Amino acid sequence: MDSPFKLFPPQAAEQSAQVDHLTLFLIAVSVSFMLVIFAAIIYFAVKYRRRSDNERPPQISGSIALEITWTIIPLLLTMVMFAWGAKVFVAAHHPPDDAMEIFVIGKQWMWKVQHLEGRREINMLHVPLGRPVKVILTSQDVIHDFAIPAFRIKQDVLPGMYTTEWFVPSQLGEFHLFCDQYCGAKHAEMIGTVVVCTPAEYERWLAGDLSAVPPAIAGKKVFTLYGCNTCHGQYAPTLAGLYGRPVDLIDEHGNHRTVIADESYLRESILYPNLKLVTGYPNRMPSYKSTLSEEQLLDVIEYIKSLSGAAQTAPYLGPPLGPATQPSNAEPKIENPPFANYRTNQ
Amino acid sequence: MASIPYIPEYQVRETYLNARYSIASWLLTKDHKRIAVLYILSITLFFIIGGSAAVIMRLQLLTPHSSLVEAETYNKLFTLHGIVMVFFFLVPSIPATLGNFLVPLMIGARDLAFPKLNLASWYLFILGGSLALTALILGGVDTGWTFYTPYSSTFSNTNVIFAICGVFIAGFSSIFTGLNFIVTIHKMRCPGMTWFRLPLFIWSMYATSIIFVLATPVLAITLALVALERILGVGIFDPNLGGDPILFQHLFWFYSHPAVYIMILPGMGVISELIPAYSRKRPFGYAFIAMASLAIAILGFLVWAHHMFVAGISIYGGLVFSILSFLVAIPSGVKVFNWTATLYKGSIALDTPMLYALGFIGLFTIGGLTGLFLATLGIDMHVHDTYFVIAHFHYIMVGGAVMAYMGGLHFWWPKITGKLYPERWGRLAAVILFIGFNLTFFPQFILGYLGMPRRYYAYAPEFQVYNVMSTAGATILALGYVLPLIYLLGSLRWGKDAGSNPFKAAGLEWQTTSPPPPDNFDQTPIAGEPYNYHEMDFANV
Repeated sequence: MDSPFKLFPPQAAEQSAQVDHLTLFLIAVSVSFMLVIFAAIIYFAVKYRRRSDNERPPQISGSIALEITWTIIPLLLTMVMFAWGAKVFVAAHHPPDDAMEIFVIGKQWMWKVQHLEGRREINMLHVPLGRPVKVILTSQDVIHDFAIPAFRIKQDVLPGMYTTEWFVPSQLGEFHLFCDQYCGAKHAEMIGTVVVCTPAEYERWLAGDLSAVPPAIAGKKVFTLYGCNTCHGQYAPTLAGLYGRPVDLIDEHGNHRTVIADESYLRESILYPNLKLVTGYPNRMPSYKSTLSEEQLLDVIEYIKSLSGAAQTAPYLGPPLGPATQPSNAEPKIENPPFANYRTNQ
Repeated sequence: MASIPYIPEYQVRETYLNARYSIASWLLTKDHKRIAVLYILSITLFFIIGGSAAVIMRLQLLTPHSSLVEAETYNKLFTLHGIVMVFFFLVPSIPATLGNFLVPLMIGARDLAFPKLNLASWYLFILGGSLALTALILGGVDTGWTFYTPYSSTFSNTNVIFAICGVFIAGFSSIFTGLNFIVTIHKMRCPGMTWFRLPLFIWSMYATSIIFVLATPVLAITLALVALERILGVGIFDPNLGGDPILFQHLFWFYSHPAVYIMILPGMGVISELIPAYSRKRPFGYAFIAMASLAIAILGFLVWAHHMFVAGISIYGGLVFSILSFLVAIPSGVKVFNWTATLYKGSIALDTPMLYALGFIGLFTIGGLTGLFLATLGIDMHVHDTYFVIAHFHYIMVGGAVMAYMGGLHFWWPKITGKLYPERWGRLAAVILFIGFNLTFFPQFILGYLGMPRRYYAYAPEFQVYNVMSTAGATILALGYVLPLIYLLGSLRWGKDAGSNPFKAAGLEWQTTSPPPPDNFDQTPIAGEPYNYHEMDFANV
């Protein structure tokens, strides 16, 4: 902090140290190689400098043993780098099930953040210390990138698609949030601050805005406004308990396949309903592509996620046409109260 | 009766330079050596333009919130710098200049296989270059040299189409050059020039040509698709039109990663000539260096998605491309070790080209090793799209390719012009370039690890100290480039005559006169073993 010659950014997430250790390993290997090569060059250049203009040195054409040595040793070292790097990377792409979710929408040139409890913020991201946080990202226009150097993580933010990143904040304070993918004139101004606060502070902060509406509640309004409830549960598959379960699909040739109903599937089915048809239901649904904003989409998805079904384990096949299994005015049920499974910070 | 005075005939040896003097004799020449000179002049101009943009950017970044240029201007400057330096300097740099000049000379041929095609490729290059430059300077383009969609295809309001057309056209110039080299190397070797007697520079040109021919069409297709989407609204890359933005990145890097090897393989070829010449030794592990070039050319096609680890590709895709990227590092390492081993028990003269060659090994080693950081998935997810990447590829492109070009230009300058460059000035400039380069780009590794993103016209104040170092280094670097420009031009007038083989080097190009006659050799040469330093009588070269 005091010296302007910092070498490492703050380690503010649990994985920061893991990335730094990996980096230090690569630095150690690289410096060893550099020292060997540079020392050899300097030594040879001095020892074997040309002493007379006409001298003719002895000829050495090569050595198979040396060639094999300097192929195999670097190969083994790089495979260690690969495996270690892959381990850190794979871990960074598998959030725990209890991670709290935050939605982020990138647009030229700002970050819009939506907490599930309702609070929204722009170019700021409040997160509680010690709790796994999964950020679900999408873009309203071009490709952006959500990078937090102190957490050693970044992920491109794509239009028309959800990507995620996750972290466990481990240090209180304010940290940089940058857009790392060039996105136009004010790319350099698409920056923000990540605020890591104690769970109690986070709770107070969440409650700070009385007008905040949780996305699941807002989503219900959108759901009713566009009359989704007039079909779903009647002529169209019920949405209760859909999220996270396998869905049986059928294509025009009568072939079946199964997908998991995650955020991306829900998003796609709202925007392009005819792409993936649930077995037993004709394609009746119009596209909401030009109707819903990215924020409304997230709200509706959150509402669908909040509709917990009865039998979560059975595969979701879509019930036969018949009595409604989804009450037309179902109330969103927020399953995990925000602080239910907080990791307490010692 | 007026008498006609007797004018004694003044016998001047005919060279490719003095055979004819008219402008038309240059613009319509089919001589590969003259075309090489045309290329040298053109890419020098492009280098000056691209370099000037870099100078303005470095000045802007001296302070965190400079008002030297506006955000939009800055974006246009780095786009100009990238497009000009990549497509109109680095890609043609060594192949079209030294390659054009040396490929026939080194294999004992009179010219390239298709002299007219060679001239056509220069005209396409100039046409494409003029088009792109016009777009970049009048109005500008703000997409970055990577043209990422959907920004380039739907959102940018700048002259994207013209810039794309320029790059598209110049691409055919690369394809023609590659085709010409492949045919020439296959069919026009002089008697005795077997494949394993080819100079290593020729092997690297051969590998480069394969990439030219196979990869460049993909770039052309990709840019044409961007143009289709931009002009006609055909949905290919923009999800709002039903397209896929990541598809563009796959296609773009399928060309542009091999293009990195288009830029560095020729540099490796130059170094593989300089080190033997200034150590007076056969290259250690000749066959391994030659095969490493081919291995790099082939593996280079299989690593493109390492530019996309955080772009939203699958984890498994990331794993596969990570391991392949590590594999491509191995042949590069083999080359570095073999060059170093060539020095062992040599007779080493630290003349200007050798200083560049040794500088190349050092800088390329740093550039290559930092490439391992980027191939490591767990580190790339932190440093991707930061100044770490900028530093890494400048170590390869400038520290590697440009250093090799400078070294090669000095080494073959007497052959090209018939004049010697001033040795002391040359050494001084090489040392200045080395120091300036490291001061400019080494701090950028740290900046990147601290998290400073690339393509930012303003930045957080804590990053300033390293930016000041970088700008200071860029000033020294600029001086290092201006010096050779002055003394090399000066040598044309004041330089000493070079003679056929001023550096006592092996190789067919040194057996003909300097500058060579229009047909290269007075008699068809017969090739023996390359790098026959063990047989050379240095007292009588």
